[in-house]
Amino acid sequence: MATLRDIKKRIKAVQNTQKITKAMKMVAAAKLRKVQTRMFELRPYAEKMNTVLLDLARGAEKDVHPLLAARPRKIVEVVVISADRGLCGAFNTNILKAAQDHINHLKKEGFKISISTIGKKSVDYFKRREFPVRKLWTGLSGSIIFTDVQEIANNIKENYINRTIDEVTLIYNEFKSMIAQKISIVKLLPLAPIEEVEEESALKSMGPHFIYEPSMQEIFNRLIPKNVDIQIYRALLESSAAEEAARMSAMENATQNCDEMVDKLTLQFNKARQAGITRELMDIVGGVEALK
Amino acid sequence: MENKLKLEIVTPYGLAFSEEVDEVVASGSEGEFGVLPDHIPFFTTLKVGMLIYKKGAETGYFFVNWGYAEIGPDKILVLADSAEKAEDIDVERAIEAKKRAEERLKKAEKFDQARSIASLERAISRSQVAAKTQVK
Repeated sequence: MATLRDIKKRIKAVQNTQKITKAMKMVAAAKLRKVQTRMFELRPYAEKMNTVLLDLARGAEKDVHPLLAARPRKIVEVVVISADRGLCGAFNTNILKAAQDHINHLKKEGFKISISTIGKKSVDYFKRREFPVRKLWTGLSGSIIFTDVQEIANNIKENYINRTIDEVTLIYNEFKSMIAQKISIVKLLPLAPIEEVEEESALKSMGPHFIYEPSMQEIFNRLIPKNVDIQIYRALLESSAAEEAARMSAMENATQNCDEMVDKLTLQFNKARQAGITRELMDIVGGVEALK
Repeated sequence: MENKLKLEIVTPYGLAFSEEVDEVVASGSEGEFGVLPDHIPFFTTLKVGMLIYKKGAETGYFFVNWGYAEIGPDKILVLADSAEKAEDIDVERAIEAKKRAEERLKKAEKFDQARSIASLERAISRSQVAAKTQVK
């Protein structure tokens, strides 16, 4: 049986752990607030930009911009966005599992897979399984800077235009609420075609084509690459907010568990102390008895 | 029938404006243009400049920093890199920025000339937009 000192030590240890998890929760909450406001600010912009682009793409010929052109899918690129760090519950596990499922599914259909990863955890995952990773980025999730995003976006765009990859899918955690993340699998490139089929009826009711100024070509040249940037930027912000939210609730749980553990250990401690006292009393009583 | 235009200005920093208005004038890359309800579908890039809307007797001014405008019969959607309401513009900062840009241009450092010109443009335009509200 554990001695009193042992139990006391353990209580102390658990309490120290609790201090850490509490602090981590607080830090995550602060970070979440920061990234959340940015995300909410960007959301309408990203959504509007997407709708605008779809409106435009309807009236346009498909060869107006290389990023708009769908071609036979041979090599499918999957971009997985995970966190850089752990201790955020099932956040990374979920996203990696979803990515793995998606990849297996694509493989079964006979596509060649190319993987790019954002975030240290996904890099480690695919490296460990000896998947060839085409390109990896880490160290972003702390503070997302638009120029970093552009670098990622440019790399993807270039590879798409050079035909090293024929399709790009983004897999990331979408921020739903403080306690829920939703795994989001979004086709990034080529733009539009899927929605086009779905909205066939809407297409017809859309009325005449646009008048473009300066020219359709020029507008597409500027708008399409920008849209890719914005969509990636948005995905990163969403993922980052979801990560901090996940970390927050994970740490909240950990803190609670610590409380429970301390309670249990304290009970054990008291029992052991009581047992000790009883034993000592028995000794004394026994000693007195023997003297009589 | 009273037709209205729904003017929405969206930037990466949030929804800057969303209201029903009667008339909008904005500076497109090919020049200023005005929009009244029942405009034909029209898509244009916007340059740094002023956006004016009229709503009844009220007139509002916006500073718009690059972007796109999608115009339909009953709406105008502006996607701008940034947009500020005239009342919110920090005039002192704009003047300061203008000075800085001019100085840089004088030094004629080739490599960031384009940037200096752009920031000069922004600063001038900002002050112009801000001036609109102060005249009233």
